[in-house]
Amino acid sequence: MAALVQTSGLTAFYGDAQALFGVDFRLDAGERVAIIGANGAGKSTFLKCLTGLVKALPEMVRFGGRAVGGAAPGEIVRLGLAMVPEGRRLFPSLTVEENLLMGGFARRPGPWSLQRLFTLFPILEQKRRQPATSLSGGQQQMVAIGRALMANPQVLLCDELSLGLAPIVIKEIYDQLPALCAEGLGVVVVEQDVTLAQRVSQRVYCFQEGRVSLEGASDALTREQITRAYFGV
Amino acid sequence: MLDTFIQGLLLGGLYALFALGLSLMFGVMRLTNTAQGDFIVLAAFGAIAGAALVGATLAALLLLPVAFGFGYALQRWVLNGTLGRDPLPSLVVTFGLSIVIQNALLQVFSADPRSLDVGAFATRSVAVAPGLAVGALPLAVFAAALACTAALQTLFDRSALGRAFRAVSDDREIAELMGLDASKVYALATAIAFVLIAVAGVFQGMRTTVAPSDGPLLLLFAFEAVIIGGMGSFWGTFVGALVLGLTQQVGFRIDPGWGLLLGHLMFLAVLVVRPQGLFPKTRG
Repeated sequence: MAALVQTSGLTAFYGDAQALFGVDFRLDAGERVAIIGANGAGKSTFLKCLTGLVKALPEMVRFGGRAVGGAAPGEIVRLGLAMVPEGRRLFPSLTVEENLLMGGFARRPGPWSLQRLFTLFPILEQKRRQPATSLSGGQQQMVAIGRALMANPQVLLCDELSLGLAPIVIKEIYDQLPALCAEGLGVVVVEQDVTLAQRVSQRVYCFQEGRVSLEGASDALTREQITRAYFGV
Repeated sequence: MLDTFIQGLLLGGLYALFALGLSLMFGVMRLTNTAQGDFIVLAAFGAIAGAALVGATLAALLLLPVAFGFGYALQRWVLNGTLGRDPLPSLVVTFGLSIVIQNALLQVFSADPRSLDVGAFATRSVAVAPGLAVGALPLAVFAAALACTAALQTLFDRSALGRAFRAVSDDREIAELMGLDASKVYALATAIAFVLIAVAGVFQGMRTTVAPSDGPLLLLFAFEAVIIGGMGSFWGTFVGALVLGLTQQVGFRIDPGWGLLLGHLMFLAVLVVRPQGLFPKTRG
């Protein structure tokens, strides 16, 4: 059966600098996969290739078997992939509710709606008419996740959800993921915190200087294996 | 004194119409339309030429959809290519357009000032209170400015298109991530700005004579109104235009040669004392 997301020999450039050197990756429906790696290892570039913000050759990225590398971001959202960007990147001129509605701009048919999001994150209903950037870090992260869910994606990419958040808030947010995946949503989580990444995922990819240096089940990889792969020793 | 005050407000209404399109284009895509004044003059000449064929009213009405289409095409296929981190390309291209328009108008219409003939409407007066009469045309201009500002602000704050304008202005990359086509959104913004330019041009042609070289001065008034009011809010631009109109009118009252000067001095004073303007809302 075709994977939800699959990359084959994915290479990508920022201008003249090569950022990815042939990355093979696979995500199946309902899976939670984590990507770890040092700064500059290519994790964010990889996500940008999936979303269409960085161009790649068509056959290098496939959704459900379909070649989508290099497609416009709008087309990719309509195919069912949504991203929660690094640093949230909410729209400061828009309220919480308006940010969520923007997420639904290119929505596919599906169960997610404002009301359902408010059930998932009740605090957002309280603050729906406030400017989105006036909320606390954890609440902003909820808005960013909600905004991505409004598109009714099959695949959710989460870039550094834990950035700048207190541990208890991080736990509260990540605790929501298994329920989302129970309905078939595939989730890719990029994290700096390796222990956190292992805990919230079923499989882990370690990126190192634009390549996959390690891949395996989250509970099977040892600390030593990861350290070696992380630093390229 | 009351007469000066009212004349100043009505003049401000006209300046608001000059400035709204400029404010819109800068707000959505950080593009300064250096040819704003020249497009207003072009619209006025368009109305004048059209009036010779189909009469003033029909010419003015037809000008609006034409301006919409022209603005859309200009942004989509010319100005979109100038957008980016560097503000220079858009400034240079619109400056070039300014020169082209002025010279084209000169070629076609010669340097003689023209005006849009609307018969008695240009001089009719309306009694607004016992013993107080104002010109019908300036009052119509003010009412149009008020309506346009309210419509624009409502569009921005309450409609899906307004949401798209604000989102793409905040963060183009993330807006595109959500599926927005920024090049089309920008084109719609400019299309609306050009409808406002057409309205401004028609009224300018009615109230006074227009000549091909008038553009830069109108741009200056529009620019001053936007800066005084503060960028990012259409009501701010409206108030800025009123302040400019009032100041100029007070200057005219003191001495006919002082009108524009006092307006410019006040603009400079705002830049020194409160450079972000009276009601700033835009971030960087």
